[in-house]
Amino acid sequence: MAFQPRSIAQYSEAAVTVDLDKCIAHKGCTVCIDVCPMDILDIDPATGKAYMKRDECWYCLPCQKDCPTGAIQVAIPYLLR
Amino acid sequence: MPNDIKVIESEYDVVVVGGGTAGPMAAIKARERNPGVRVLLIDKAHVKRSGAISMGMDGLNNAVVPGYATPEQYTKEITIANDGIVNQATVYAYAKHSFATIEQLDRWGVKFEKDANGDYAMRKVHHMGTYVLPMPEGHDVKKVLYRQLKRARVEITNRIVATRLLTAADGSVNGVMGFDSRTAEFHVIRAKAVVLACGAAGRLGLPASGYLMGTYENPTNAGDGYAMAYHAGAELANLECYQINPLIKDYNGPACAYVTGPLGGYTANNRGERFIECDYWSGQMMLEFYQELQSGNGPVFLKLDHLAEETIQTIETILHGNERPSRGQFHAGRGTDYRHRMVEMHISEIGFCSGHSASGVYVNERAETTVPGLYSAGDMAAVPHNYMLGAFVYGWFAGVNAAERAAAIDFAPIDAEQVEREKARIFAPLLREHGLPPLQVEYKLRRFVNDYLQPPKVTRKYEIALERFAEIREDLQQLKAADAHELMRCAEVAAILDCAEMAARASLFRTESRWGLYHLRVDHPERNDAEWFCHAHLKKGADGRMSHLKRPVEPYIVPIAEQEKDAYDRLRLNPTTAARAVATA
Ligand SMILES: Cc1cc2nc3c(=O)[nH]c(=O)nc-3n(C[C@H](O)[C@H](O)[C@H](O)COP(=O)(O)OP(=O)(O)OC[C@H]3O[C@@H](n4cnc5c(N)ncnc54)[C@H](O)[C@@H]3O)c2cc1C
Ligand code: SF4
Ligand code: SF4
Repeated sequence: MAFQPRSIAQYSEAAVTVDLDKCIAHKGCTVCIDVCPMDILDIDPATGKAYMKRDECWYCLPCQKDCPTGAIQVAIPYLLR
Repeated sequence: MPNDIKVIESEYDVVVVGGGTAGPMAAIKARERNPGVRVLLIDKAHVKRSGAISMGMDGLNNAVVPGYATPEQYTKEITIANDGIVNQATVYAYAKHSFATIEQLDRWGVKFEKDANGDYAMRKVHHMGTYVLPMPEGHDVKKVLYRQLKRARVEITNRIVATRLLTAADGSVNGVMGFDSRTAEFHVIRAKAVVLACGAAGRLGLPASGYLMGTYENPTNAGDGYAMAYHAGAELANLECYQINPLIKDYNGPACAYVTGPLGGYTANNRGERFIECDYWSGQMMLEFYQELQSGNGPVFLKLDHLAEETIQTIETILHGNERPSRGQFHAGRGTDYRHRMVEMHISEIGFCSGHSASGVYVNERAETTVPGLYSAGDMAAVPHNYMLGAFVYGWFAGVNAAERAAAIDFAPIDAEQVEREKARIFAPLLREHGLPPLQVEYKLRRFVNDYLQPPKVTRKYEIALERFAEIREDLQQLKAADAHELMRCAEVAAILDCAEMAARASLFRTESRWGLYHLRVDHPERNDAEWFCHAHLKKGADGRMSHLKRPVEPYIVPIAEQEKDAYDRLRLNPTTAARAVATA
């Protein structure tokens, strides 16, 4: 057998977190996902709520500012904290 | 070739690429100029919150307001700040249209600071004249623009990453190609005129934090616009005049001396002493900053701890509310209270940006590039120190002139081969079973940019950089994307590589030092006006490689007296004036 190429994933602590009780994504809200310039937010299939999918945040805050229920919160990403 | 890639073809008179600052203005003004013209605005992000001003802005850095400054004075100031290498016609055209643009934005609902008489409350920050107009309630700029886009019935498509322009047989631009960063659909858009407004090349250097997206610029602005213009045959001007900014260390956002300066704040060394007379960003200012860092007097700080409580509260309201509103949280996390502690600053990663310095795609005073049918505006268009208002003004020019061209000509046929070639290039990473992750390739590339290209510029280091960049160009053939989003990061890394190579080659071409730290060449430390008082242009040569040419500086419209020429070289305070400046602050 030849050597097999593989990819491995690194993990990060998500700087952007969502309050699952407040998030109304299940009612069709996608505001934060729409406004994020980096396009790093998505709906988590497991919960039906918004979540930070990728560690590519500019800590710019449109998601937090525009969320109608105050359900999403941006912390300064760890490397800059 | 990926046959299952869905191709979406469309046709518009004018296509504007980039819906940040300049782009929306261009789209609106194109429709106003000629309501019969169909205009499409595309953006990689969502136009509602895209670009440098996504969360608003603290102020206009370069407003030319009657009673405070004339277009002639402004043109003179920018000519001097940019060491004489400017096409004054472009700066002058900006300055003359500056006030009309402010009034337009004001009518649309953008809020500027006014005094008790209802006049604009101008502040002095530049070395010579008064050009700063604060916008303490400037957080709604994007909302205002979006409303006008809807009113003007501009069509908008979000989440499209433009990757290449299409060119007709005569060399003119006749369309745009790109893909949807969510669905991976391929877009081929025919056009009679294209406006590029893709912002700065903000992901060239790597921020000191090591965070890929912790850039000064909005990281959507990866330099795609520069790369597209280059591949379409446009000339790029003075790319060696990098953007390097004095920023808050780690946070990498502006410390905002323009906001705090008029209120008594200033840049200080580790003893809390002022060392530069003027906080307006220029290459010379950055050189003084760099020297202070190197001298043992560093770090450099923004000093506010001497100000009254009331003033500090005003500063906090502005700086923690607009533009980069997570700043307050950053300071809180580190226990930095302006009342007691100075804010540590640092030198940013390098980038291209004409909004802040002078590196951009060449445009004339009609926002035309050297390629017919291609217009450009904003940070990526070479009108020095143009900032936000310059983006609006040149967006306006680009929109009007693109609409006029579109009304006068027919669509040119699309070259199917260009389309196939681009489709193959863009989608290859999606088809690979295994390969290199785009963010890792980007990290390595940008680490080399820091290691080898960050000024002071050393010839040998630049030559090594070119070798490393050539290797990374090979690596691009092994990129792997798992989905459409990663495909966007793959497209971006190719654009960043083009920009990195342009930065290196442009810097090697100009064998002198100029613009303070921006182009400080250790092997050619002197300014050499005899040979280099000229623009240095870069373009794609007939052999497909980067070629260089010198262009004479256009005759001045506003003459500069001999004794004024080096006003920006006298920024460093000597000990006695330093003491006086502190005392009067
Ligand atoms: C943090 C910060 C603070 C600033 N503060 C001030 C200030 O106080 N005063 C001032 O006058 N100026 C300030 N500036 C400068 C000013 O904001 C810019 O000069 C101006 O906004 C640039 O406008 P633009 O249209 O060129 O770029 P942007 O507004 O950044 O727009 C570029 C757009 O292009 C899109 N795009 C990029 N690539 C592609 C692609 N391949 N396909 C499709 N779309 C693409 C992006 O998503 C973005 O929407 C600041 C800039 C920054 C970053
Ligand atoms: S904007 Fe708020 S409510 Fe809507 S999906 Fe995002 S987090 Fe949930
Ligand atoms: S802070 Fe900005 S980049 Fe980060 S998730 Fe929110 S909108 Fe996206």
